[in-house]
Amino acid sequence: MSQKTTALFNLHQKLGGKIVDFNGWSLPIQYEGITVEHKAVREAVGLFDVSHMGEVEVKGKDAEAYIQKLITNDVATLANNQVLYSLMCYHNGGIVDDLLVYRFTADYFLLVINASNIDKDLKWMRDNQMNYQVEVNNVSDKISEIAIQGPKAELVLQKLTDYDLATINFFYFRDNLNIAGANCLVSRTGYTGEDGFEIYLKHQDAEKVYEELMKAGEKEGIKPAGLGARDTLRFEATLPLYGNEINEDITPLEAGLGFFVKLDKHSFNGKDVLVKQKEEGIKRRLVGFEMLDKGIPRHGYQVMSDKGDEVGFVTTGYQSPTLRKTIGLAIVSSKYSDIETPINIQVRNKLVKAKVISKKFYQKKYKK
Amino acid sequence: MKAIVLKGLLYSKHHEWIKVEGDRAYIGITDYAQGSLGEIVYLELPAEGDQFKEGETFGVIESVKAASDAYMPFRGTVVEVNEELEDAPEKVNNSPYENWLIAVEIADESELEDLMKDEEYQEFCVKEE
Repeated sequence: MSQKTTALFNLHQKLGGKIVDFNGWSLPIQYEGITVEHKAVREAVGLFDVSHMGEVEVKGKDAEAYIQKLITNDVATLANNQVLYSLMCYHNGGIVDDLLVYRFTADYFLLVINASNIDKDLKWMRDNQMNYQVEVNNVSDKISEIAIQGPKAELVLQKLTDYDLATINFFYFRDNLNIAGANCLVSRTGYTGEDGFEIYLKHQDAEKVYEELMKAGEKEGIKPAGLGARDTLRFEATLPLYGNEINEDITPLEAGLGFFVKLDKHSFNGKDVLVKQKEEGIKRRLVGFEMLDKGIPRHGYQVMSDKGDEVGFVTTGYQSPTLRKTIGLAIVSSKYSDIETPINIQVRNKLVKAKVISKKFYQKKYKK
Repeated sequence: MKAIVLKGLLYSKHHEWIKVEGDRAYIGITDYAQGSLGEIVYLELPAEGDQFKEGETFGVIESVKAASDAYMPFRGTVVEVNEELEDAPEKVNNSPYENWLIAVEIADESELEDLMKDEEYQEFCVKEE
């Protein structure tokens, strides 16, 4: 399989980005260093190339009803120009993907999905098309995406547009905005726990807009940020990553995402299993934990009880750049999910002591 | 940015440097290695007296992003561990050649012949890019 590159690939190289293979995409894991980039986003502003994300258009008179069947959240609550975070489940309640739903009108939506799941998601969406009067178009290859994130994001982006960005509320978007001369869709969304925007645009405009943003943000200390910082930032803000906190074998309720599951909704894929799971009690849950001894917990490490039984697994762990503590997220048996419960993490051949803590590691700074 | 390679040291294909002093060798990681690992946040090092064969993992270097193994470049017994690094692993990023990880008693000096000299290692790094 040949490596895919984004429209910003040359620019990443020019900026000193360290390029890695990310699910078939050549993308920068870091430029200057993960911690520096992480800090720039928390304290000022950072710029991410997220062009690898997938975009799927859903059009037609049954668009809303069709999406309602696919996702766990309630798309009927959306106004035009509003964005919704949701999970998409299989019939067994396992998660196909997590996604953003952009509503243009009642018969026109854009779904933004994970790069690594595009083929699988499309297959599932087509399998579910049945008699719905909808058109499902994969437009992933036509769209570049730049995320500008951090407390100074609005200030910097505002320099490149006449449109008053303060009028775009959290989880809303505007289409056809002129950003540095390019036609863009801009939403107040992100994956860092900070205020910020995601900008969707044509490939031919991506370099120009990225470079103009870098220039516009010079005084504010803007930095290009790679996949490494993207992961540490989303982790501190407890935003799930597909393949880590959520996957086909984990339900949204187990992953602590019940807020995005509207069980009172008429009918949707996975509803029966999720209703039953809630009634019978959730047997395992996503928890936060802090290491009490030295060692870094990594994705896939076993969680052990004091008695030596395996009671779960680590989904993500880091020495948190903001909190300077070594913390992690794990899915554990509900018996071990209370705050302060002692657990142990199997770090290679050593058991390292840890305890369950609140998974709200970092207070999100959204502008609501 | 070109990685620094020092003269007078030996190098392994796993990007360790080796400084031989009599029957003892100090082992650290090269500038190239610290650069590709990124910010080091934790080092898991062996205990004094531990014995390793060539190619065995003697420690683990944890960067922000991932855990990477450190490999023994030849057979030997650990005689000293740089405990200073336990609380200041970032020293390995800042000055990789001044901060050795372990000191080892060399079991068989002939095994050192397989290691690279500075010029050879420099070329090796270019090929790795």
